[in-house]
Parts: sequence; structure tokens; C-alpha cells
Amino acid sequence: MANEVCFRTLDLPNPASLETYRSIGGYETLKRIVTEKVPATEIINQVKISGLRGRGGAGFPTGLKWSFMPRYYDGEKYLVCNSDEGEPGTFKDRDIIRYNPHQVIEGMAIAAYTMGVRTGYNYIHGEIWAEYQIFERALEEARAAGFLGENLFGTNFSFNLFAHHGYGAYICGEETALIESIEGKKGQPRFKPPFPASYGVFGKPTNVNNTESYASIPYIMQHGGQAFQDLGVPNSGGTKIFSVSGHVEKPGNFEIGMGTPFPDLLALAGGVWKGRKLKAVIPGGSSTAVVPADMMMQCTMDYDSISKVGKSSLGAGSVIVMDESTDMVKALSRLSYFYYEESCGQCTPCREGTGWLWRVVRRIAEGKGRPEDLELLTDVSNNISGRTICALGDAAATPVISFIKHFRPEFEYYIEHGRSMLAA
Amino acid sequence: MLSQDSTAQIDKELAKYPADQRRAAVMSALRIVQAEQGWLSKEAIADVANYLGIPEIAALEVATFYNMYELEPVGKYKLTVCTNISCLLRDSQEIVEHLESCLGVHCGETTADGKFTLREGECMGACGGAPLLHINNTDMHEFLTPEKIDALLAGLK
Repeated sequence: MANEVCFRTLDLPNPASLETYRSIGGYETLKRIVTEKVPATEIINQVKISGLRGRGGAGFPTGLKWSFMPRYYDGEKYLVCNSDEGEPGTFKDRDIIRYNPHQVIEGMAIAAYTMGVRTGYNYIHGEIWAEYQIFERALEEARAAGFLGENLFGTNFSFNLFAHHGYGAYICGEETALIESIEGKKGQPRFKPPFPASYGVFGKPTNVNNTESYASIPYIMQHGGQAFQDLGVPNSGGTKIFSVSGHVEKPGNFEIGMGTPFPDLLALAGGVWKGRKLKAVIPGGSSTAVVPADMMMQCTMDYDSISKVGKSSLGAGSVIVMDESTDMVKALSRLSYFYYEESCGQCTPCREGTGWLWRVVRRIAEGKGRPEDLELLTDVSNNISGRTICALGDAAATPVISFIKHFRPEFEYYIEHGRSMLAA
Repeated sequence: MLSQDSTAQIDKELAKYPADQRRAAVMSALRIVQAEQGWLSKEAIADVANYLGIPEIAALEVATFYNMYELEPVGKYKLTVCTNISCLLRDSQEIVEHLESCLGVHCGETTADGKFTLREGECMGACGGAPLLHINNTDMHEFLTPEKIDALLAGLK
């Protein structure tokens, strides 16, 4: 079975409409929770049982995160949805918003009820204007139907939700940079601690989750945490949307159970294109380590397998497929440019190091590499990792280290011969 | 001066945030003004800052930080082609080269008649539709081929 959770409306006519969402029982779960005054502890418990882990890439247990929010804090608190999807290879939240925006809204409303929050924001990636408008329309529909606003269902629970539009900055996918951006500032990450649960939007306690995480909540609260967990495997509960791009016949999003063997996912995407052989896969978005084909074909699509068998990370489930014709030096050069371009400039190791990495990889790709360059790249990478406020520095270093580790002969050939070994 | 239409739109954005947090609307305010004027002049940025009651530097630093704001005039149609990894794997280079030859400009340049600006962009979060481009920050065109580019350009008057 596919498309059971976040993509429930995908095959229905007019999937993004309130009418369609209502036809599959949409907002009934929210109504039941609010009118029956289901205790917050019971909801958090179900989310914990579900095994849901943050779908934005970090994989932090969602139920545990919710329990960090101060329950008895008197002042304003905020709920934030991170739809700032700009990690190369990732395009699932766009489709959730495009085809099922109301499930994000209902999930956020249930989360708001659970954590005692009255106001929320969905931060939407700048480049997806059409989806921003779809979400704004869905908000209007939900307000008019009484699913957002004051005193919902005649109770004292109120929740107002707004869309905030980004404008082109990868770093805003980092939750504290995103918070700065909502406040109308440059998206530069904050030191943690304090974590958003104690100091978030406008300095108030804030819970930030990914779009897919929130959209999974209505299913979990409708069917129970165990039912969601059972869609996946131990330690990786539920379904996951895998975004498959690159060298496949049918790129796209596939919502399937965690633990699905990678070869099955590859088959769903039509297999490697043009009848070519698989060379490598970046399994979780551009910041995760590249995995050679033979290792990848042994993996199942869940946190543990990708980590133990693939020596990489599941990330946001963003599967970038590369066939045998891929020039790994050129591919890395493009990725390194991306991190250089998107570094916010706040921390010296990242600001200077990402540019250094890019310049060295580029000169190798241009046939001007020097014998010492691979050691230099490793050294610079190691001096960025762990020395910055946020994870962008590590994200820039991981591709460099993993590409060289797995495809070192290609780099060496470029340095020695000034051209790709693929052309030889 | 901001137009009445712009301030009406900015007021709608301001309503999303607490009354004492007008700065939070600066990103959308700059977007709205850019959509109307084509780009953000120093004066336009100052007008936005004044309207929101924030220092000019606070609006300027936002305008310079985010990639989709234009700080210099651009063509009537700004074409931003993604060349990041998923698009690269599906021949975005061919799309860039085709556009460069059709328009007679390189990435980063504007045609002499002021009609087109060509840009290389970063990931737009739509990699399943690679290769792709964006027109004026709003219209996404996916699964591009040189033939589709020809049809697209012919339709942009």
C-alpha cells in the first residue's frame, strides 16, 4: 500500500480542497480531541508510541519534542511548521501542501491544542509561490469552516494559523534561522541552548516540526500510535515520503512504509533510466553521505539500515540516484558551490571553509588539481565539522568526505591526467 | 512612495503578526514592492522600512540576504534556471546553454532590449520535475527540453 498517510487525498478529485479532505474524515479527529478534551499527556503518549521521528531530516522523536514545551507557561507560545524545503533532492513538502494542505492544518491544530498554543506559522519555501497560494486558500477555507480561529467547536480552545513566505535562503530550513526569518531578520542560526522550546519566535516558547511530521498527526490520532508504528519497522515508525530524483525513469514522491528495501523504491521510480547501471545514491538529501550502488542495494529505507549498512543518513528521505555515466568530481563541485553560496557567513570555519572546499574541488574538475588537494580537502572538511553554530558546516563537509572516500580513484585520475576517467 | 495597492497588501501581511512585531512583515513587504516595481531601489527599501517603522538598515540587510530580491533592475522576465545536483543530473547544462544561445546573453546578464534576465539558481525544492526554471520568482516550469524552452520564450511577449 502506498499513499496512506500524508498523501491520502492524492488520487481524489480536487485533492487540496476542504470538501475533499472532509470526505475522508478530515478535521473529525481535531473535533473529537477538542470537544472531548482529550488530555495532552494522552496525545503525546500516542505520538511517542507511533515512533514518528522528525521528517525534516534530523529524525528526532516528535512526541519527545512536544513534551519539552512548557505546559503551564502563562504567556504566548508559538507553533511553527517548517516547509522551507531547499535541500537539494528534497521536494515532498511541496507536494503535501499542493495536494493535502488541510492535513497539515489539522495536524498543527492538534499539536497546538496539545501544547497549549494559540498562534502558528507555516514557513513556506520562497521558490514555491503556487503552493504558498494554495496554503493561503486552505487557511481561508479552514477559518470559514470554523477549524481555525477563536473558541473552536464552542470550546475555549483558539488557534490562529498564518503562512510566512520565505525568499530564497537554504539556511532558513535550520529551525533557529527560520525563527529569525519569521521575525523579519537575516536567517542566521542562533546558539542552542536555549532551544526553541524555551526561547523561540519573538523570544517565546516555540515548537518547530516539519510539514510531513505535522501531516502525520491526524492519522496517528485517528488510528492510534500503534497503527502508525506498524506501517513501518522498529525504531522507524510509520510511512515516509521518499523523493526520488536524478537518473530514474519516473522521478517523484513515493509514500511507503519505513523499512521498504531500496531496490523496491528504485523499481517504483521506474528503475535507473536509459537501461543504465546504478553507480551511487545520495539517500537523504545533499548533506548526507553518498552511498555506492552495491551498499545501497543492501539497504532498507529506514533510519537504522541507512546508517548501519549505508554509512549515511536517511535525512529527509531525499533519494538522489546517479547512474554509471555520472562524473563524481563534477557532481561534488556543484554541491560544494551550493554550500558556499548558502553559508550565512556567521561562523568563520563555514564562511571561509565552504568557499575553500568549492575552489579546490572546482580546480580538480577543471583539470588543474594538485597532488596534495585530496588531503587538503579532508583537512579543511575536518576543520569545519563540529566548529560551527549550526549543521550547515557539517553538511558541506559530509559530501566532500564521502565522495572522496568512495570514489577516490576518480579524483586521483582527474588530478593526474587533468580529465575524467569516464572519458578514458 | 509605496502605492496604495502595495500598502493594502502589506497591511494584510502585518495582520499575521503581533502588533508590536511589525518587522516580521518586512520579507513580504519587500516581495510585494518588488513585484510592483520590478526591483528594489534604495528608495523602495527605505519606503518599506519607514512604513513598517523599522531602521532602513533592518530592511536593507534582509533585501541583501535573501536570493530572490533584486537590488538592481532586471529584465521584464527573469528566468532562473536551477543547476543544482538533481537538475544537473538531468542535463540542466543543456537548458542553460540553449537559453544562452536563444537570448544571446550569459547567466547573470540581461538582454539589450531589457526583456530577459537569465540566472542560475539554487535548489527550488521541486527536483522531481528537473530540469526546471522559474519566471519572475513565481511561475515554475518543469521537465524542460530545448523544444519546451522555444515554446516558452515564444509565449513571453
